[in-house]
Amino acid sequence: MSGAAQHHFSFYSRYRKAVSATLSMVALLLMWEAAVFVFAPPVWLLPAPSDIATELFAFPAFYAHHAVYTIRSALIGFAIALVVGMLAAIGIVYSRFLETTIYTLIVGINSIPKIALAPLFIIWLGTGVNSKLAIAALSALFPIAISSVLGLRSADPDALDLARSLRASGFQVLTTIRLPSAAASVFSGVKVGLSFALIGAIAGEFVASSQGLGYVIIISQGTLLTTRVFASLLVLLISGMVLFYVVSYVERLLIPWHVSQRGSSEHVMI
Amino acid sequence: MAQKTSSQRGLHPASDRPITRDYVCVSDVSKTYQTPRNETIEALSHVSLTLTTGEFLSVVGPSGCGKSTLLKCIAGLSAPTSGLITVNGRPVKEPPPKMGIVFQRDILLDWLNIVDNVLLPIRYTRGHNPETARQSAMRLLDTIGLAGFEHNHPWELSGGMRQRVAICRSLLLEPDLLLMDEPFGALDALTRDELNLVLQRIWLRDEKSVLFITHSIQEAVFLSDRVVVMSPGPGRILEMLEIDLPRPRELEIRETPEFGRYSSHIRALLERHGAFRR
Repeated sequence: MSGAAQHHFSFYSRYRKAVSATLSMVALLLMWEAAVFVFAPPVWLLPAPSDIATELFAFPAFYAHHAVYTIRSALIGFAIALVVGMLAAIGIVYSRFLETTIYTLIVGINSIPKIALAPLFIIWLGTGVNSKLAIAALSALFPIAISSVLGLRSADPDALDLARSLRASGFQVLTTIRLPSAAASVFSGVKVGLSFALIGAIAGEFVASSQGLGYVIIISQGTLLTTRVFASLLVLLISGMVLFYVVSYVERLLIPWHVSQRGSSEHVMI
Repeated sequence: MAQKTSSQRGLHPASDRPITRDYVCVSDVSKTYQTPRNETIEALSHVSLTLTTGEFLSVVGPSGCGKSTLLKCIAGLSAPTSGLITVNGRPVKEPPPKMGIVFQRDILLDWLNIVDNVLLPIRYTRGHNPETARQSAMRLLDTIGLAGFEHNHPWELSGGMRQRVAICRSLLLEPDLLLMDEPFGALDALTRDELNLVLQRIWLRDEKSVLFITHSIQEAVFLSDRVVVMSPGPGRILEMLEIDLPRPRELEIRETPEFGRYSSHIRALLERHGAFRR
């Protein structure tokens, strides 16, 4: 196989997924646009994609402001959840007492839909940004904590024995064996936790807020500004995707050694 | 640093080794496990053995005879129910210093490359110059035939190569005692033969005290000064056998009548004690 052909092959296999995803997206939008053109529903019922794009480009600063508000709440809430969740997981794995108390509590509270707690946090923390942070953090906490506990527990017992035989301290075992073993599991919790944090922030804004995309959606619904609802949803969709890909990128940087990140068997020599 | 160690030992400042005596002493050790269903399983029953300094001792027996339990007790990873184990004169309460272990699985860490896997022991002990340690790691990899693979990752190596890396890791801090728990049990026959030769070469050069657990009679006779034969359920010692064959041993020695006498003796012993069920 010539060099050029090989390059072409790897280009195709690398971007095939992205190309087919984009193509199907474009096809869907074209069908939507055509349907609105043919059936001409009132714009408050179903705006055309072109209407939504026009709306977005007419008020970029407006959407940027509200998107930043929502994403900031989600990200700060997520960061709190990450720190608290990881520390809780380490405590749970190392302490029988914490396992029977906190872990049972976490699993129990996890069965409540966190959105149902949003009104409580509005009562406790007011309608400002704090209640949104709390709801976002609480939503993200559970998937992060639970998958971290699973990850830390899944360390190879023989590897733990090996470290102990080399007279490693408990803290050294944690940093050199348990945490790297848990990384892949933690990342799967982080991905779920991040989207939960976004849901939490939006839910908080639905209940009571004066800023954020959730607020824009609720207000626009009341006045039947459906185009604005769609524009906000589009911004949310894009932000969610960007955040997800950022996490995937960080994952690839941090755990390139993990099976899930290794790619095909072409790297295996023997 | 090295000078300090030899002066601490005091007895033989000329050599860096303690005087010839029992490096490991296992006396009357029993071990019982409690299963989750509250049944008691006796893994080891009144086992006594000694490993002389510089000796290569194999423990051979069928699976379930408590060989690995014995090794874990000596390594300080598991506590015996009764009896006493000393390593280098000190009772074992935690993993003793100057000890290297090779398990049946290589347990290389996927997140470290080959040379960093070999360097794992210095992460846990202070007072090692990272640069010197790195040089010894490279030298070890070189002598074991893995030069050029330092920066590869474990998953890129074959089973035999991975186990070689594990051996290098166990040798990095120049242990006096090497514990090996069926290190070649998961490898194919050819690789196994090759690594037997590698191990013999390393042992002849360094004269470490080696406790080698295996279920291969041939491997035990080939490598050892003495072979301990164990029976299953509960694990106890059937016989202690001196292997009086010249060193270095070539693979062909396995076809000699002397070698055959040792192996058939061990096989008959195990058979008499019901190791081979039909």
